[in-house]
Amino acid sequence: MAKHLSVGRIVLYAALVLMAAYYLLPLYVMLSTSVKTLDDIRAGNLISLPHAITLDAWSKAWSSACTGVQCEGMKGFFWNSVKMAVPSVLLSTLIGAINGYVVSMWRFKGSDALFTMVLVGCFIPFQVVLLPMATLLGQLGIANTTTGLVVVHVVYGLAFTTLFFRNFYVTIPDELVKAARIDGAGFWTIFFRILMPISGPIFMVCVIWQFTQIWNDFLFGVVFAAGESQPITVALNNLVNTSTGVKEYNVDMAAAIIAALPTLFVYMVAGRYFVRGLTAGAVKG
Amino acid sequence: MAALSINNVCKTYTGGTEVLKGINIAIEDGQFLILVGPSGCGKSTLLNMIAGLDDISSGDILIGGERVNDLSPKDRDIAMVFQSYALYPSMSVRQNISFGLEIRKLPKAEIDATVERVATMLQITHLLDRKPSQLSGGQRQRVAMGRALARNPSIFLFDEPLSNLDAKLRVEMRTEIKLMHQRLKSTIVYVTHDQIEAMTLGDRIAVMKDGVVQQFGSPQDIYDNPANLFVASFIGSPSMNFIPATIVESGGKLGVNICDDRGCVVLPLPHERDKLAAWVGKEVIFGIRPEQITDARTAHREGLPEMSCHIDVIEPTGPDTLVFVSLNKTKVCCRTHPTEAKRPGESMELVFDVSKAVLFDPASEKRIA
Repeated sequence: MAKHLSVGRIVLYAALVLMAAYYLLPLYVMLSTSVKTLDDIRAGNLISLPHAITLDAWSKAWSSACTGVQCEGMKGFFWNSVKMAVPSVLLSTLIGAINGYVVSMWRFKGSDALFTMVLVGCFIPFQVVLLPMATLLGQLGIANTTTGLVVVHVVYGLAFTTLFFRNFYVTIPDELVKAARIDGAGFWTIFFRILMPISGPIFMVCVIWQFTQIWNDFLFGVVFAAGESQPITVALNNLVNTSTGVKEYNVDMAAAIIAALPTLFVYMVAGRYFVRGLTAGAVKG
Repeated sequence: MAALSINNVCKTYTGGTEVLKGINIAIEDGQFLILVGPSGCGKSTLLNMIAGLDDISSGDILIGGERVNDLSPKDRDIAMVFQSYALYPSMSVRQNISFGLEIRKLPKAEIDATVERVATMLQITHLLDRKPSQLSGGQRQRVAMGRALARNPSIFLFDEPLSNLDAKLRVEMRTEIKLMHQRLKSTIVYVTHDQIEAMTLGDRIAVMKDGVVQQFGSPQDIYDNPANLFVASFIGSPSMNFIPATIVESGGKLGVNICDDRGCVVLPLPHERDKLAAWVGKEVIFGIRPEQITDARTAHREGLPEMSCHIDVIEPTGPDTLVFVSLNKTKVCCRTHPTEAKRPGESMELVFDVSKAVLFDPASEKRIA
């Protein structure tokens, strides 16, 4: 570490602080607004500090704000999102792991072509699948249900999770699988006892990626779920757009933060694995 | 323990690439077979086929007299040691060794006893609770061997097991593998690209190139009587000298004409006249190993042909000094006694022991005599 600061360093740090502030400002505005009273909001400006801190807006956003006709806050929709996101993330990650295992370790005739086709799934825009998917869900009898939404997210997420796991497993020497085969292990034993225990980092990458995607998804939520089964992103939109009298910015902000908290939480818990997982295999262990 | 025979085995990949073109090798129970050759010669593919990791396109592989073509690796009663060791990263050394036994559902007491026995034999008892990542290269190598030994298979397969070790450790482990073979009398198939490993370890060596076995025999036989130019150049270090030379008749005897920039000598050939009759006056490749061109003191014997040669370079190795001269415009390596070797630029009397010299057809590269 250099003991003295050169001009270049000072400029660099100043620029970094400025950029950090620029990105943190919206969060600050949301947090401070959410703990202000409506009067406080009207009296000050966006970035002024709250006079008195109150959590009224938070409790209203959670349990009694109106989203459209019913006024029960975000809590029901929050749990909808949990019920949708958790199984979707787990299922898509697990299936992706098996897919990746097969296309990297058990190559068969056409497995590369299959992988390429799966990969194309990463680039299909959401809008393209809306109508056929709606038809399919209707025929399966799971339209407008959380189960239907889970199916959509699992199918859509497979392209990414397969890619992640495949790229991770190709860095593992296939001699490992050969050794296990000679030792007498079969397809599933090799997967669960040899590969899964060393897949921690890429598992975390998949979980973070999928959770963020699925929790934050709006389009599938608004199209494939209705009323009671809507996820929180759709509910947030309804809450902000429900105009009965005064516009309650503090409640909007609190609701928005509630909607964003789980992804932040997942990133904080598992984030350190994210970079590690993405760079795994770059350096041979 | 079991004999191994490989009958007319071919491997063709989809797309038509022929990797192995009719391999025939048979070894007896307890023999140490080396598959040696440059990379891409098909030796690892052949090993994988013996293991059951690669399909056999045609031909048969028999272990202990039983055709194993359609058996899966686990049913062939083999164990394999890989170049990368392929230790299971999440398991301790103990679990690595016992994994194969657990899958075969052996009783717990027997597994524990086996692990203990193998660990003691390889002196890795103190490492049993460590993870592979906490081991050095040599220790990983031992664990990989331990995993194979624990299974007590009828055939051990080694795929370049020493290639990732440093030079000193490689020599040590080489001796240990040989010692293990002498003690266990197990049948071993060992793949390597290192001709020294091939010579030192093998009972039988199969020298391979381009999917064909060039020569199959005992190490000494392959060293002394190479079947063709490739085998002669591949086995032995420093490599055999190949001097283009013309066969001449002088005084009723056949010989090869060898010249340097100051004059020529005719080296008499010990080979049968019949084999060479057709080659008189024609150019052949005269193959002679470095230790067969030496100084008078090392040669011991009187009456061998001598030649005074101009020295280009010398390379002292310690026990010997390699002297490089130019004969028939070809660089030739000679192995001399360190105190007898002259300096570069000087001339030196070199003695040629032609009794083991070999001759090759320059066009087909096959052995003439």
